[in-house]
Amino acid sequence: MKLVFPNPGLDNRILSHEDLDRMEKEEGDRPKWDNKTQYMLTCVGFCIGIGNVWRFPYLCQTHGGGAFLIPYLILLVLEGMPLLLLEFAIGQRLRKGSVGVWRAINPYLTGVGIASMLVSLLVGLYYNTLIAWILWYLFNSFQDPLPWTQCPLNDNGTGFVPECQRSSTVDYYFYRVTLNSSTSIADSGGIHWPIVLCLLAAWTVMCVCYIRGIGTSGKAVYVTAILPYIVLAIFLIRGLTLKGSLSGIKFLFTPDVNELINPKTWLDAGAQVFYAFSLAWGGLISFSSYNPVHNNCVQDAVILTAITGFTSIYAATVTYTIIGFRATEKYDTCISDNILTLLNAFDLPEDNITTSNYETALNHLNSSYPDTVLGLDIKTCDMQTLLSEGVEGTGLAFIVFTEAITKMPGSPFWSVLFFVMLLCLGISTLFGNIEGVVVPLKDLNLLPKKWPQEAVTGVTCAVAFIICLLFAQHSGLYWVTLFDNFAGSVPLLTIGLFEMIAVVYIYGIDRFNEDLEYMVGHKPGIFWQVTWRFISPLIVLVILVFYMVTQTQEELTYLVWDPNSEQFPSLALVPYPSWINAVVFLLAGVPSLAVPVYALCRLVFVRNPLSSSMQQMESCCASSFPEQPHEKMVHIHSGEEAAGEKKTLLF
Amino acid sequence: MLWKVLLLLGLSSAWAQKLCSPGASDGYKVRLSINSALGDQAYVWNENEMFLFRATLAFAMRTYSDGQEYDVANVVVCDETPRVSFWFVVTSPLDASLLVDKRRVEEAVRKSRSRINSAFLLTDDTLEFIGIPPTLEAPVAPDTPPWLIAFGVVMGGVGAGIVVLLVSSVVQKIRKKRDGEEETGGKTENEAASDAIYNMSFSDDEPVTQM
Repeated sequence: MKLVFPNPGLDNRILSHEDLDRMEKEEGDRPKWDNKTQYMLTCVGFCIGIGNVWRFPYLCQTHGGGAFLIPYLILLVLEGMPLLLLEFAIGQRLRKGSVGVWRAINPYLTGVGIASMLVSLLVGLYYNTLIAWILWYLFNSFQDPLPWTQCPLNDNGTGFVPECQRSSTVDYYFYRVTLNSSTSIADSGGIHWPIVLCLLAAWTVMCVCYIRGIGTSGKAVYVTAILPYIVLAIFLIRGLTLKGSLSGIKFLFTPDVNELINPKTWLDAGAQVFYAFSLAWGGLISFSSYNPVHNNCVQDAVILTAITGFTSIYAATVTYTIIGFRATEKYDTCISDNILTLLNAFDLPEDNITTSNYETALNHLNSSYPDTVLGLDIKTCDMQTLLSEGVEGTGLAFIVFTEAITKMPGSPFWSVLFFVMLLCLGISTLFGNIEGVVVPLKDLNLLPKKWPQEAVTGVTCAVAFIICLLFAQHSGLYWVTLFDNFAGSVPLLTIGLFEMIAVVYIYGIDRFNEDLEYMVGHKPGIFWQVTWRFISPLIVLVILVFYMVTQTQEELTYLVWDPNSEQFPSLALVPYPSWINAVVFLLAGVPSLAVPVYALCRLVFVRNPLSSSMQQMESCCASSFPEQPHEKMVHIHSGEEAAGEKKTLLF
Repeated sequence: MLWKVLLLLGLSSAWAQKLCSPGASDGYKVRLSINSALGDQAYVWNENEMFLFRATLAFAMRTYSDGQEYDVANVVVCDETPRVSFWFVVTSPLDASLLVDKRRVEEAVRKSRSRINSAFLLTDDTLEFIGIPPTLEAPVAPDTPPWLIAFGVVMGGVGAGIVVLLVSSVVQKIRKKRDGEEETGGKTENEAASDAIYNMSFSDDEPVTQM
């Protein structure tokens, strides 16, 4: 298939193979990886994030357990791996960050890089807020007993605060002590200063790790990328020795083949693969551009895919041993409470009802005294319900896991270990994130060129910290959820789609194959050709369309922590206020539309005759089109020289 | 004579039994969960243990109530069940037919709760006085919150790291400038020559793209 859009001047914008060979021998001032291990660890750290611990296990379990691995692994190979190699190869070939790469392919495509930068920025903001919460829990883990095991007392000291009494100590600690949540996103309620301090700590840690770019972050990944694996191994061993862990693993992997027919399973698997690889953030392109030109990026892509798949399953196993333990503990407590209620009501000796004869005793009593038993309000203890409650997202880490840890002997140690692992997972992902923000900022000349890397990093972190104060409000939790749902979903899929179209149909798949042959030594095989041209773009398009269709059909609602609601202690489902639609448009629409809007802007303001448009250019797009004066001159020349070529471009 | 004494004793015990009944307005129900508290080392509940209970309660009334000399006989127990639960009332030492007010009993029990618990090797959960909620222990709250200490340590470390890195890059730059100045003499000619041969507009830091 020779479908390639005309793209004149491409050779003038990118380095030729000879130039690349020459540059390899010279000592440039572009940053470089110290060794291959650093590069691989950085990519592994970027791809393996908190989502592997708290999103994948939940998806796995709700979509048929072991059967979910089938769509997940298939889509990992068909959708994730091709896109990964695409980003690696294009970065390594063109040797620029995300904005530079797309601008080199075609200046009208700079919007793709800008969109990547915006998405990285928005996602980085709320991701670092999660890191701040993790830091809060980490700082509070250095005490015995852990603070989330106790409720504060009420005024006369005979009972606990009603909010804590009705829910649980861990719920109260997360929603009240840590976040001091208000009851709605519109009710900001002021700033909660412990979170401000933790945000300050989070952004300062990021600043110090990235202060010299990959020079410092490359050293930090030795710890942040490897430590989570060690901690997961420790938790696996600890988890397997706990009572009830095997029931958790069984619950996770019990295959339900009927789920494979459900389209939602495949959609969720596809979306998870996309987010798991941190594609379309721009960080991967930047990282691979620091590689030597003949680095074997095909091998890297395959290895990284294998590592990501393995880590997801590994983390899911560990998570579910702990969940199984917690569910078993709660089940045992539930049964013991019921036994006590029955003993007290009928004044029977303590040994009469034990866990083994509980069922028979209950039935016997129910048949003899049905009215009394009904009035006792015996709770039904169901293992399946306990195993499937609250096991996703922030609920998993801050409520379910913290509760499970309090039941383990030596809880402060396990708590510290767990939150250090989450911290490392988050920070290593944020390295890629901050790379995807800082490098485009430099490429777009939004920051003065003479500023050293340290100043750029410092200013970016400081500005981001101030914007993050939005999440330090009492309604911060709801803002984080909003950002998570909208900034990190549709824009990424859109950018991924544009990337594939840009490389395959605008840069030219033939040229891309030649580049890979030059860099790696052999042309990519039929698998890559088919997936790049048809399969991967198709999969991403289908997911995007289905996602947008379902989102627009549903009313926008969110969950709130409201002690006055009827469903308390469960979270209450309330609709968003109407002004949220504007915010959603800002989060999801602006990055997605950056690509066509930029192209349009450029088309309108650059293609006009010199005199009238000079002023327009300077006023409208001055800061982002720095190359305008030069380009104007060269454009006229090339128009004369390349008279035989088609002059009009679509993009 | 003897039959009169016997009659009186019978009457008084019957009288006492009438004072104590389940649901008595001035009485409390007590429930013990010895097996769940002590497991293998649980003792058997018998008459002697009951005697200890009555004596402990009399002690509590003596010490924390109006100072009168309460005796074991003033604590009347009834409705014992195999659960090990029973009702009790406290009669006044001056007049055996009068019951001590509920609130005075409650106050005495509250104040001596830990003594009563330890007499039976039980806790607030396993020795329950239905209707008298135990005064809960305040949660452990150290003077300086430990999280501030951890926060301070981390911020101190990170701040030191930033200072060290900034100082070392400044030092590196000064050193490079010094070395660069020594070599500038011979270099400029070479740079001009290489400009003519190689197009310097392809250097990575340049955002200029040519059409």
